[in-house]
Amino acid sequence: MLPINNHHGIVIPLDRANVDTDAIIPKQFLKSIKKSGFGPNLFDEWRYLDHGEPDTNPKKRDLNPEFILNKDNYREGTILLARENFGCGSSREHAPWALLDFGIRVILAPSFADIFYGNCFKNGILPIQINEQMTDLFFKKALSESGLKLTIDLENQLIIDDNEKYNFKVDVFKKYCLIQGLDDIGLTLENKEDIKGFEIKYYNQYPWLK
Amino acid sequence: MALTLYEKIFNRHVVREENGTYLVYIDRHLIHEVTSPQAFEGLRIANRKIWRSSSILAVPDHNVPTTDREKGILDPVSKIQVDTLDENCKKNKLMQFQMNDKRQGIVHVIGPEQGSTLPGMTIVCGDSHTSTHGAFGALAIGIGTSEVEHVLATQCLILKKFKTMLVNVDGILGDYVSAKDIALHIIGQIGTAGGTGYAIEFAGAAIKNLSMEGRMTLCNMAIEAGSRAGLVSVDDKTIDYLKGRPFSPFGKNWEKAVEDWRGLVSDQGAKFDKVINIEASTIEPQVTWGTSPEMVCGINDKIPNPLDEENLSNQKGYQRALDYMGLKKGTRIKDIELDKIFIGSCTNSRIEDLRKAADIVKSKRVAMNIKQALVVPGSGLVKRQAEDEGLDKIFINAGFEWREPGCSMCLAMNADRLEPHERCASTSNRNFEGRQGQGGRTHLVSPEMAAAAAIYGKFVDLRGDRDVTNK
Repeated sequence: MLPINNHHGIVIPLDRANVDTDAIIPKQFLKSIKKSGFGPNLFDEWRYLDHGEPDTNPKKRDLNPEFILNKDNYREGTILLARENFGCGSSREHAPWALLDFGIRVILAPSFADIFYGNCFKNGILPIQINEQMTDLFFKKALSESGLKLTIDLENQLIIDDNEKYNFKVDVFKKYCLIQGLDDIGLTLENKEDIKGFEIKYYNQYPWLK
Repeated sequence: MALTLYEKIFNRHVVREENGTYLVYIDRHLIHEVTSPQAFEGLRIANRKIWRSSSILAVPDHNVPTTDREKGILDPVSKIQVDTLDENCKKNKLMQFQMNDKRQGIVHVIGPEQGSTLPGMTIVCGDSHTSTHGAFGALAIGIGTSEVEHVLATQCLILKKFKTMLVNVDGILGDYVSAKDIALHIIGQIGTAGGTGYAIEFAGAAIKNLSMEGRMTLCNMAIEAGSRAGLVSVDDKTIDYLKGRPFSPFGKNWEKAVEDWRGLVSDQGAKFDKVINIEASTIEPQVTWGTSPEMVCGINDKIPNPLDEENLSNQKGYQRALDYMGLKKGTRIKDIELDKIFIGSCTNSRIEDLRKAADIVKSKRVAMNIKQALVVPGSGLVKRQAEDEGLDKIFINAGFEWREPGCSMCLAMNADRLEPHERCASTSNRNFEGRQGQGGRTHLVSPEMAAAAAIYGKFVDLRGDRDVTNK
């Protein structure tokens, strides 16, 4: 997994609530059996004016000039800012894969859907919950002519906007894995004997599950 | 100490704990073709083995065609995904119901149907609607592909404890009001993020009165309220449903299991972090009008005015939804005309759903303005049972198409989909933009409401329009 610690980038203001995983990556692109290559189809139905299929060449498609990712100021953005309940809907990890493949490393929103939130950490994306006030402030700045660039310091759990610093919360274990770029399967397997011991007791007590 | 059902199940699966992070043992792992290939690939690359193959039941459902199965899968990309599942199951000697197996169906229909879903279990699947299985007093959660790989390799998940919410639905449901209406009503009340971070237990007289199918519909929709897990306590209905199923315990083990399962109820006085009380008789047949399941109202209501929303972000969201749906504020729900009808999905494709819909369309004809009306049974066994009961004839005679089992037009990964601007009454679970096909407009309803909409060509209140029913 791609580790993340200090990140500096342009903020893309996606001014919508309840952005669902079908919007992040429409279903026709879920048929891939790989984890990469989803970036060109991130937000496909909003980003393009025509209908896309997995074999359509994204370079030959009509971009929707109104969509935020297509505006010059935000094309190079790596920090996505959105409204509440970001990532609701399905458990598909294709959603964070598409965001990462596009280049998004940090997502700021007042709230996230649970499964999506967990999936981000497994893929080197840092989702940060910010309060409504901060959300409004960041939207205002990001939508202004000069735009908004932020530095995210994961180690110290800080969002840095020029001279302003804001704290954010993150689970200790998830933070550790993200900074180290660790695969948690390896960590769990360090407890192999615990799992085996558990199984003996467990199946003794619940023999019908064996 | 008095414990909730959630706590009881969680506690018996804890392998170890560190600073509030738990390693939780998983009993059942359900697998389908869309969210598993990258997990198997990950195992291969890291040279890891599957920890407990016998915990796995696999089935293709998202991509499978619902017609002409003998021709195979025509879409080459869909075919690769289904073939990959076949290969992964064969290579690892996993139990799989392949596309042409009579037991094939939607993963959340076949789990319970096979007795593969049992009370007290932890159940996972790379699919958010795994919450369905909580209807059996199990802790069932949807997971991403990284977690699928983690469970394959370790038989465990790394979890934090959820908070607990009790949704108490007391009283008696009105005529033609079903589990789907309870689910949509709750989501309308608490919002699509209202359950985020919670395991929701559904209790009360109205829940006790639901069939197992109804409880599955309700728990299925818990995720649309933001909750990864919905639960219902075990009772006689749970046990009767499971008796004699292919994977259910039998003999002495059955006796032992039943004794244990009887204790899978929340204790008197157990504390929940949040309690919501709803009176069943106040629930109207529900229809969603927007692009989020929380944008919902009763059949006799009108489309709301976005400007009535207090918060600016909601105002914009409502207006955007109405623009997408091609609807105007103040329009009566009953005046909305439809193009297509979809009866199916892991929410509403079980035998009871089909019986209720068939009862309404019996000896009637689908309205002229309906271009297509589909019935997609949840599994091969549901399909066969329905055919044994003659339901297929009722649907076909009324002008419905009777299809092979799968996810179908719920998410339109196969050939079944809406064309831009087509409006559909659907028994599925998500009305997101583009969910049923790019530009498609989805109204979520119960099977009864979808069946009636097919006959009338628009939404009707079955309680007021008795002539469309057989009563």
